[in-house]
Amino acid sequence: MSKVIVVTSGKGGVGKTTSAAAISAGLAQQGHKTVVIDFDVGLRNLDMIMGCERRVVFDFINVIQGDAKLKQALIKDRRLDTLSILPTSQTRDKDALTSEGVEKVLEELREEFDYIVCDSPAGIERGAQLAMYYADEAVVVTNPEVSSVRDSDRVLGLLNSKTKRAEESGADPIKSHLLLTRYDAKRIGEGEMMNVEDVLEILAIPLLGVIPESTAVLRASNVGLPVVLDDKSRAGKAYEEAVARLTGEQIEMRIESEERPGLFQRLFGRTA
Amino acid sequence: MFGFSFKPRNKGKSAQTAKERLQILLAHERGGNGSSPDYLPMLQRDILEAIKKHVHVERDAVDIRMERDDELSSLEINIELPGGRTVQSSASS
Repeated sequence: MSKVIVVTSGKGGVGKTTSAAAISAGLAQQGHKTVVIDFDVGLRNLDMIMGCERRVVFDFINVIQGDAKLKQALIKDRRLDTLSILPTSQTRDKDALTSEGVEKVLEELREEFDYIVCDSPAGIERGAQLAMYYADEAVVVTNPEVSSVRDSDRVLGLLNSKTKRAEESGADPIKSHLLLTRYDAKRIGEGEMMNVEDVLEILAIPLLGVIPESTAVLRASNVGLPVVLDDKSRAGKAYEEAVARLTGEQIEMRIESEERPGLFQRLFGRTA
Repeated sequence: MFGFSFKPRNKGKSAQTAKERLQILLAHERGGNGSSPDYLPMLQRDILEAIKKHVHVERDAVDIRMERDDELSSLEINIELPGGRTVQSSASS
């Protein structure tokens, strides 16, 4: 049975695309046939994060409008042969994405892939609504920061009301998971940032993982590598564990900061 | 009158403040559909019309404010009457 997973957040800039790239690459690394779809029509970015921006010929919208076959638009990842990317269009036409079109493409993808990861645009407009509408599970990406937590709460409300699973009687509701990103252990230690327990208490959904604030994330996006493939970084490791939990593995939650300060830094680092 | 407090907060405990603010806000937002009650503009219009039957007041003479707190929400209505008098009314729920 294939699964459609939406990566969403409401707020922009919290790490949706980074997470969608990392999760899909992580699933593919485990051997699952995975496709990741960019739903951010007009602001294509997943292709850059995945490092395939120069190989885009046809896109999601071309497929929906019947101008290209799905097979033509899918880009096979060069590092993982179980991973494919479906880029979005740079068109400014907001109506390019239709509910029927999305459903048809997802149905076709379900026949071939184990996991279909939908990278939602920010906001709660059409693109975001369609990205979540057909989902079986949701990964809600949240920063430990007030506006992000508020928007995540709003999105959780939409996942429970404005989706196919919510509208169909008898269907199980969407399984939502919290992915806490840009987690800064140092600031949390100083009481300047909400910790995991604080956010969990407010949002009350199961925790998928905690991704530490990390220089590795920008480095990975600079070179077009999903950060999960950078297995030396703690952020990459944290994504790997989150992916394992997504597939049902029981892994203990370890929360680490990216930089482990040395003695010198611990003595003098505070003033820096 | 507006109940703003400027209590000095412990520096370095801003995370706690963030959490409390969110808990209060979301308790309200989850109840309704939107973020703020959408009947307020309509209420403002109705009040204005009711007053206009008796006294001539300007459109922007009615000021409605809402304060939301953990336990108590209050609605405060200020109507500026011509001649410098002000009628105040407040309701709590």
